[in-house]
Amino acid sequence: MISIEGLTKTFFIKEDAIHAVKDVNLTIAEGEIFGVIGYSGAGKSTFIRLLNRLEEPTSGKVFIGEEEITSLHGKELRKARQNIGMVFQHFNILWSRTVRENISYPLEVNRVPKAERNARVDELIQLVGLTDRADRYPSELSGGQKQRIGIARALANNPKVLLCDEATSALDPETTNSILDLLIEINQRLGLTIIMITHEMQVIRKICNRVAVMEDGQIVEEGDVLSVFSNPQETVTKRFVEQVMENADDESDVDALLSQFTSGKVMRLHFIGEKANEALISNVCRRYNVDISILQGKISQTQKGPYGTLLVHIDGEQEPLEQAITYMMESANGEVVQDA
Amino acid sequence: MLETFFEEIDMESLVTAINETFYMTIFALLGTFIIGIVLGVLLYLTAKGGLHQQKIIHFIVAAIVNIFRAIPFIILILLLFPFTDLVVGTIRGPTAALPGLILAAAPFYGRLVEIALNEVDKGVVEAAKAMGSSTIRIIFRVLLPESMPALVSGITVTAITLIGYTAMAGVIGAGGLGDYAYFYGFQRRDFNLVFVCTILVVVIVFLFQFIGDFITRKLDKR
Repeated sequence: MISIEGLTKTFFIKEDAIHAVKDVNLTIAEGEIFGVIGYSGAGKSTFIRLLNRLEEPTSGKVFIGEEEITSLHGKELRKARQNIGMVFQHFNILWSRTVRENISYPLEVNRVPKAERNARVDELIQLVGLTDRADRYPSELSGGQKQRIGIARALANNPKVLLCDEATSALDPETTNSILDLLIEINQRLGLTIIMITHEMQVIRKICNRVAVMEDGQIVEEGDVLSVFSNPQETVTKRFVEQVMENADDESDVDALLSQFTSGKVMRLHFIGEKANEALISNVCRRYNVDISILQGKISQTQKGPYGTLLVHIDGEQEPLEQAITYMMESANGEVVQDA
Repeated sequence: MLETFFEEIDMESLVTAINETFYMTIFALLGTFIIGIVLGVLLYLTAKGGLHQQKIIHFIVAAIVNIFRAIPFIILILLLFPFTDLVVGTIRGPTAALPGLILAAAPFYGRLVEIALNEVDKGVVEAAKAMGSSTIRIIFRVLLPESMPALVSGITVTAITLIGYTAMAGVIGAGGLGDYAYFYGFQRRDFNLVFVCTILVVVIVFLFQFIGDFITRKLDKR
């Protein structure tokens, strides 16, 4: 759907060359929600602006569908942009227009006849849940509602691709969640490909299928959200993963917990993807007649299934205990942390 | 007392003078509004980092604006005699004052327009670009509507200045309250008349200010 080849942007400030984006190569499949995460200054905002040429690339190519965006000029480029929706961190809606008029703007650009335009605006207002606010001005709305206008506007001309530049970064956590739910709904209902720029790992966790980690203008790590989360390679990726996983085993806490037990064993179980949904613990209890108590843990939901770790204490008769441990080692990558 | 005050004044010529002042102010304001917006938009578009960065055009427009703003109005109107004669066919009367008034006020307003446009959120302009808008559409559908309150309060300030200029234009026999006060009041030592004309000018200024403020408030949905 989208392929990016050797995309580079260099800014020159006096004599200094600043490499905002350096040789980025990516392929994004149709219908995918692709996340790009990085700290501020990593070049991710410049990167997303290169995709619709709000910034001119220094070199490299961008293909969206069959079209080479980087080879277009003037009118062709403007036409192509109508098929690429964009949502902004600070909403960037016109204060002088009502909700309805704001959403109508891209349709005016596309010269959609008035009757058709009104019908489409009604549809969009309903899609983003602003029906009772249609004739209000943006100043009368909350941040989340403004972003809903931004999203409706971006979808007006039925684009194939939606670019989200920190679309939730100016919103509180609850509003962020509702906007992310809306994006997931749009992705599923319209089969839209979404590229999401963010510095919040929660956003990646919640909605993305794949993720690329950006640092100093380069993509340093890329892959399935689940595999990047469960097995981060780069330091910067590890730091991001910690944001959502706040180190599950704070050693001093664990020590305190362990000292309580005089028998049995303490195990750490790793859940990745589908397996976390299985009723592993109740299965083990039933099959081996052992007692399991959960000491600590965290399971996160991602678009590709849940993942996380659990620290459990397991106790019972000698033989079934050993069998249960072997079973858990195999089916949940379990490891024995301590013999009590 | 008030009756004797007005008895000495020829009401008919006073009303003519008021009409001439309104005529000059309103038509000069129209011309100033249009030319000022053209100048302001040109300055905004061609500026460094603007939508159509054009060093040479920006330099030329900025130079013209600065030169016309630097020339004192009373001198400008004298310098424009040949031009006025060519365009209007006469150098006397309220219509003949219009070229001078417009050329004096438009560069001033042009700068105010440029400032107003610079206040428009860059993100909104970027969003309009991302939606595939042409520059013309961005100007008429985004920049001008989004800066409208500032454009109106700017034209209000300009209107007040223009009312002052119309009084000065009296020197070349443009008519209006300034002309009337000077030739019929000051030169005939009729200070009552000067006083009445002054009050009237102040009232007109208040009127324009009031209308301008009202429209600005109505337009501002921020």
